[in-house]
Amino acid sequence: MLGTLSNDLPALQVVVPLMSAPLCLVLARWPRLVWILCVAASWTSLAISMELLDQVLSYGPISYAMGGWAAPWGIEYRVDSVNAYVILIVTGIASVVLPFAGASVAGEIREDKVAMFYTLLMLCLTGLLGMTITGDAFNVFVFLEISSLSMYGLISMGRDRRALTSAFQYLVMGTIGGTFILVGIGFLYVITGTLNMADIAQRLPEATQLRTLHTAFAFLVVGIGLKLAMFPLHLWLPNAYAYAPSTATALIAATATKVAVYALLRFVFTVIGPVTAYEDLPFGEIAMALATLGLLTGSFVAIFQENVKRILAYSSVAQIGYILLGIGLATALGLQAGILHLFNHALMKGALFMAVGCFFYRVGSVRLDDLRGIGRKMPWTFAAFVIAGLSLIGVPLTVGFISKWYLLQATLQQGYWPLALLILGGSLLAVVYIWRVVEAAWFGSPSVRANDAKEAPLGLLIPTWTLVLANLYFGIHTELTVGVADLAARTLLEAIR
Amino acid sequence: MWMSELPPFVPFFIAALLALAARGWLRAGLMLATPVLGGLHLWFGVPEGTLLSVPLLEFELILMRADRLSLLFGYLFHLAAFIAMVFALHVRDTTQTVASLLYAGSALGAVFAGDLITLFIFWELLAITSVFLIWARKTERAIRSGQRYLIIQVTSGVLLLAGALVHYHRSGSLAFDYIGLEGVSGALIFIAFGIKCAFPFLHNWLTDAYPEATPTGTVFLSAFTTKVAVYSLARGFPGTDLLVYIGAAMTCFPIFYAVIENDLRRVLAYSMINQIGFMVCGVGIGTALALNGAVSHAFNDVIFKGLLFMSMGAVLYRTGEINGSHLGGLYKTMPKTAMLCIVGASSISAFPLFSGFVSKSMVMTAMIEEGYDYLWLMLLFASAGVFHHAGIKIPYFAFFAHDSGIRTQEAPRNMLVAMSIAAMLCIFIGSQPQYLYGLLPWEVDYWPYDTTHVLAQLQLLFFSALAFVWLNKAGLYPPELPSVNIDAEWLYRRLLPTGLRAADKGLRPAWDGFIAALSNQFRAVMAFLFRYHGPGGTLARTWPTGSMVLWVTVLLAVFVVAYYV
Repeated sequence: MLGTLSNDLPALQVVVPLMSAPLCLVLARWPRLVWILCVAASWTSLAISMELLDQVLSYGPISYAMGGWAAPWGIEYRVDSVNAYVILIVTGIASVVLPFAGASVAGEIREDKVAMFYTLLMLCLTGLLGMTITGDAFNVFVFLEISSLSMYGLISMGRDRRALTSAFQYLVMGTIGGTFILVGIGFLYVITGTLNMADIAQRLPEATQLRTLHTAFAFLVVGIGLKLAMFPLHLWLPNAYAYAPSTATALIAATATKVAVYALLRFVFTVIGPVTAYEDLPFGEIAMALATLGLLTGSFVAIFQENVKRILAYSSVAQIGYILLGIGLATALGLQAGILHLFNHALMKGALFMAVGCFFYRVGSVRLDDLRGIGRKMPWTFAAFVIAGLSLIGVPLTVGFISKWYLLQATLQQGYWPLALLILGGSLLAVVYIWRVVEAAWFGSPSVRANDAKEAPLGLLIPTWTLVLANLYFGIHTELTVGVADLAARTLLEAIR
Repeated sequence: MWMSELPPFVPFFIAALLALAARGWLRAGLMLATPVLGGLHLWFGVPEGTLLSVPLLEFELILMRADRLSLLFGYLFHLAAFIAMVFALHVRDTTQTVASLLYAGSALGAVFAGDLITLFIFWELLAITSVFLIWARKTERAIRSGQRYLIIQVTSGVLLLAGALVHYHRSGSLAFDYIGLEGVSGALIFIAFGIKCAFPFLHNWLTDAYPEATPTGTVFLSAFTTKVAVYSLARGFPGTDLLVYIGAAMTCFPIFYAVIENDLRRVLAYSMINQIGFMVCGVGIGTALALNGAVSHAFNDVIFKGLLFMSMGAVLYRTGEINGSHLGGLYKTMPKTAMLCIVGASSISAFPLFSGFVSKSMVMTAMIEEGYDYLWLMLLFASAGVFHHAGIKIPYFAFFAHDSGIRTQEAPRNMLVAMSIAAMLCIFIGSQPQYLYGLLPWEVDYWPYDTTHVLAQLQLLFFSALAFVWLNKAGLYPPELPSVNIDAEWLYRRLLPTGLRAADKGLRPAWDGFIAALSNQFRAVMAFLFRYHGPGGTLARTWPTGSMVLWVTVLLAVFVVAYYV
């Protein structure tokens, strides 16, 4: 029994959350049960992803033919070190966020909508995992739409009325992004006559319609760029993050952009090939230029925001700049730094948004004014926020430092001094916007709302601190993250040959 | 029973955690036991050559490297921590206790760090933990001054990290050994060390912040930060010629400021820079004798400067007053403190048989041997200056001079004990220097008590004292202006203050204009940033969906065009 199951792990990775989604609706009358089911599903997913990563690391890439239909005709799931790693990020974050959801959702979502919320959450997880695991270009689009549609729903369930408009705006933008990706994939199909990624990659070198190929690439980059909030396509992100329910924000912020980055990596390196992308086309230069702009703008805007969730959202725009910078460098070290930061940024942003979720649970607002003096009322939550904030800044012994260190090495290796200075400058800007929160929360005289607050319940604190401690743990024990990121970077670069 | 690979900072950090919960006798016991047990462990349990490393990234962080140099500073810091803890035993403020334990621990961590990353971590911890000792005074001035202190110290750490990164990139190693001035990395690290070491123009944090800390806080502050910097220089830049000139400048320039300063703890802060100058000179000369001199002078300085800061702390604690012009005549009510202060003053002035003499003379001798004749004269001048502003001014204006009418009581017993320990050490090291020499990292073949040396030093001191007495008797020291006039050089008494004032008057408008222009620029930049990045700014507004789509189109066009050409 177990033997046959272990052969089907790639399918189970997607099927487990997919199946739990309708079950949530069936069990709608018992919200507690729904929650337990989802936690169980996410932990199962995490176990599967660990097993998959283990298999990939020991035996090399796994190819799984969906329904027994062999590759070019059927849909192939293909797991190598790159996506096994991203899947681990997604499931890891999900299995911490879902326990957090229990109390947080109960506090923020109307009771009759709770089951719906969990359904959407599981569908979103399904979409993200599917996008990552599949080896079929069209399938990427399908799962992208699954995750996006559920995300619109999740965001619209926020308590603030602005949640609706931001969800709608994201819907329009996300659909345009999805369409662009579809157009790109369509062009690729026109050129090669296949939808399997490996197949496309094999046939592209013989392609004669270079103009079509270049246009396809442009559509793909812009479409995916929209989903990963590349500057200046990030405009949907701040509102979506700010007004969504805390649980949804924590999950989306930590995973959705990461999966989009993965999709970009996959298309650039595996499908189109780095030679075309970086040498024939100026992808690297444009990515680096946009990354730099995003880094600066995101950080500066974050400094002036009055809503903590918006501060963190703009900081995400800046952090994505770091990741893109690493990818734009196109060296093994740069790529490794970018991939490493995928993991590390998920840890720190997850922890930060969860800490903010704890504040919201007690205060009912995340405006800086309302959070004045909250640090003294909720010391544990505040401590979690500070440590995760230090990680965001890049203080040694946290994961942030590890990412920054590799990124600096990568830029220095190429002799890009100004970029190295920019990365350090970005850290200083992060100090400023994190300090603004700390100053208000610790040094400010308590606001009316903060005065009545007490420490967040353990159901919220334990998951939050789990991620905070992960920030420290992976900041010291880096064998897993750095090792796998290194392997993933080399896998991507080897795909050329 | 003990494991020798226990990094010395660990007991202090654990004690700091425990001190959070402990109260009363338990906490007092904890404060005293930590440095004693840690010191005993270091003395008996840690042999030379002990190495402890933990992996981080692809590096090995060397948390503990015990060689003769680091061990000597390790002993010193345990000793200093113990004395300061005794002195602070009456303090009931949890923040101060925890901060001082963490601070002492960080200093130990920095001294035993074997690589630049570990050094950086403790370097920043030194800054962050010590600032609470300043803030604990809770005055507006202290908070401001603490913020400035923190900014400067953290900047030093950032420079160190940047330097370490470049150093690693260049040499492929993070080991904290000889670094040298070559290249950007050397310069960055040099400046980072220089800030903590209070090089001229980088020294303001010291004279700004130390006098603002609590009476007990300053004792801790005076012991650790700058000595860690001297240690780092001795490790990373021995024999760097530039340091000799910097050190000589450091010995001389603070004298003028110390002379015109009224706050007695600030006088001590200036004299601290002056003493560090001797050490920096020693490191710069770089011969075995000079380095030994630098290191042993650091050792002695911690003790006698600690003693002086403790006596002034006791005065401040009892009277609430520290300005020279408001004090005087305290020997009637605080005779023991006065005696102990005089011991410290004699040590810093390098009287034979007191500790300053046996280490300072090593640096001076090394200087002559290496042929720095003019600089030697500068140091000689500085020695006379020390005697005036620290040796005479401090005890004279606090305890003698005109009677201020303050009637208080003797310092608390724990303070007296702490000061007595320091005073005994001063005399012991001064009269039996062979024990200190036995600990020094390099081979010692030196004995300070020969005729020329003792005579020269005594002449210097007695003639200075004579000058002081004569000027005093002749009425050239008007008692109502006590803070301005103690330096015997009438030139400086008249010329320098007026000269400084005139220069100040002349330069002030230009300087103010410069600052105003700078702040205008800053405001303009901030306004620009706010216009575009502020909540209502172009880059931060919530955009209509149509405009977002426009951007998508623009970007697509950019890509297509870029790929086309």
